[in-house]
Amino acid sequence: MIVGSLIIAIVAAPLIALLGCLIARRPRISEAVNLVASAISFGCALPLPFLIDGRAILFWNDYVIIDRTAAWVALCTAIVYFLASIYAIGYMRLLKEDDRLFVFYALFAGFGLTTLVGPFMNSIGIYWIAIELTTLVSTFLVAFERVAESMEAAWKYIMVVSAGISLALLGTILFYWGGTFVLGPSYKMTWAVMTGAAPHMNPILTILAFLLVLVGYGTKVGLAPMHSWLPDAHSESPAPVSAMLSGALLNTAMLGIARFLAITRAAHLGQLPQIVLVVFGALSLLVGALFIVRQQGVKRLMAYSSIEHMGVVALGFGFGGALGIAGALYHMLNHSLNKSLMFFGAGNMMRAYGTKEILKISGVGRYFPRLGALWLAGAIAITGAPPFGLFMSEFTIMRAGMKPSFSWAVYVMLVLLIVIFIGFMNHFRTMYYRDPTADTRPDGTLNAWCVVPMWLALVPLLVLGLWWPAGIWNYLTAIAQTLSPGVP
Amino acid sequence: MLIQHLNPLASSLFSLLAIVSLLLSFVMLGSRWLNNYLYAFAAESWVIAALSAAVGYYGNYPELYLIAILTVLFRGVLLPYLLWRIVRRLEVSREIDVGLQPSSSLVIGALFVMFALAVSYRVATVFHLELSVAVLALTVMLSMKLIGFLMLAVRHEAISQILALLVLENGIFLGSQILVPGMPLLIEMVILFDLLIVVACFGVLVNYLVTHVGTTSTLALKRLTG
Repeated sequence: MIVGSLIIAIVAAPLIALLGCLIARRPRISEAVNLVASAISFGCALPLPFLIDGRAILFWNDYVIIDRTAAWVALCTAIVYFLASIYAIGYMRLLKEDDRLFVFYALFAGFGLTTLVGPFMNSIGIYWIAIELTTLVSTFLVAFERVAESMEAAWKYIMVVSAGISLALLGTILFYWGGTFVLGPSYKMTWAVMTGAAPHMNPILTILAFLLVLVGYGTKVGLAPMHSWLPDAHSESPAPVSAMLSGALLNTAMLGIARFLAITRAAHLGQLPQIVLVVFGALSLLVGALFIVRQQGVKRLMAYSSIEHMGVVALGFGFGGALGIAGALYHMLNHSLNKSLMFFGAGNMMRAYGTKEILKISGVGRYFPRLGALWLAGAIAITGAPPFGLFMSEFTIMRAGMKPSFSWAVYVMLVLLIVIFIGFMNHFRTMYYRDPTADTRPDGTLNAWCVVPMWLALVPLLVLGLWWPAGIWNYLTAIAQTLSPGVP
Repeated sequence: MLIQHLNPLASSLFSLLAIVSLLLSFVMLGSRWLNNYLYAFAAESWVIAALSAAVGYYGNYPELYLIAILTVLFRGVLLPYLLWRIVRRLEVSREIDVGLQPSSSLVIGALFVMFALAVSYRVATVFHLELSVAVLALTVMLSMKLIGFLMLAVRHEAISQILALLVLENGIFLGSQILVPGMPLLIEMVILFDLLIVVACFGVLVNYLVTHVGTTSTLALKRLTG
């Protein structure tokens, strides 16, 4: 079974890296081990979507599922893990914390491991555990810089997310309870079994359970109004960790929402679950837009942009249909690439100018002509302007929403995306074209490790924007079909 | 289904244990001494372990005995011990700035229980279970959830917040013992282990807070805004 061995390689590589870092305890060895592990994970996740046909493959007493959906999300995660591992080598050296660097890489590999494992979990209970573990590992990455701000961010992160995710556990238990009236007291709580039982489950209980799960995993995804931990954690952690949090973790949690939504769709509960998800998505866009316009911190700007994009993905899943779900999944990939690029650029600027404040950064284009152009291109892409991938996916999601019940959300989305475009570009105008004062001259020694991953992110983003391959489209619409059971 | 045909003795035993653990969460709500929280939490865990064993006995689920033993070990002994060590190191013995007086929190807690009862009754009616212990289990589960969130909101000491989180988890665990005793064993065990890791993480983080922020009151955490 080639698929099976690929999965084992994807998961085993970061696990071995984790142990390797702890045993070696040397900074240079740790970074090399982590880089190799991430490259192996990426190399094995890349062919995975091509090898899977319509049938899901189950392993280990059905606890592991390998289907198209899981392979896609794992691919997004593996890309970010790989890019962030390259970037981390350059960035973490600048922090001058060589003694503790092996701890960082051990945790980083652990974070990669838990986010890669999550999508493949087939039991709704074990999936919950995987998501919980991502929180625990990443808390210490957020706290890595050991200053008061990052402690505060880490504390808020673990507190808010643990409390939120306990609601998801409650919802999971209620789902299981609902299933016991159909399947008897003991059964396998896999996605497929739950979907099969859903039409016979009691609608009131299913809706209650779904809402709890949505709020729970929504906290982890950073949907407004449960987003309060996200800007703090994203802005105070080291830049490669921010990229992982934003590009990898949020998708893994979003997958849970998408799968639970599929269960409720099988139950024929009308449009209520979708409407709730759409409202959360629209609210996230609103919060993102409001805070982006008046933002002062460069990494917080990126963090609010993550909230915005998770809102867009939520809208895509909420609108549903082939267009909506395929658009949302395509958006996940594009956002993963683009947000990595943005956080890498922000980290570079933070190091070069020694500040996180937008107003203290000036003349980026003059001091860093090539890097600056790269980051600016990323900024244009992240606001959803053509010719980059996010334009394609956002446009598809809007087309999906053009039906009577959801058209209001499309108009809201359109207006807010324009507001965000203006706000975002205004901040970049400040950083690029405001006259530099004498005391803001940056320290221009950035090494290639910090720049190469940005190119590696931008090039596919441009390609995906100009050309949405038919293969990917067919693949995503096939996922859309499995995620909307009971819909002809 | 266990709860549909349960003999009266078992039913009242389950109810008693559920009510006792609800009362213990009110003890936590009504006090401002950290030690009281800790003892109440430990006692609550023992009660829940007893409940697991009782469900295992009456429902004929032998694996629940294992869960009961692990609950006593982890939730009843190990977690309180870890937390006690943190409290001892902190030199903070009570909540100083409470957002809400304990007496007012008790009243709000009571309102939460009434709300939880209304919701549970509505859900249970659908399944024709309104006369069974399921209503009580759901009520206790939801009200411990709400009480936990209330504690999270009005308490500022780091250790109280950890305990509030544990109350949230205890509520779910208690409810799941009665409602879904047949849940796969693996999941319950993993959740127990998970809890241990959570508390260990919190312990480390509290240490960091003391060293790098200089206090464990979350009121001091207000640098990051906007």
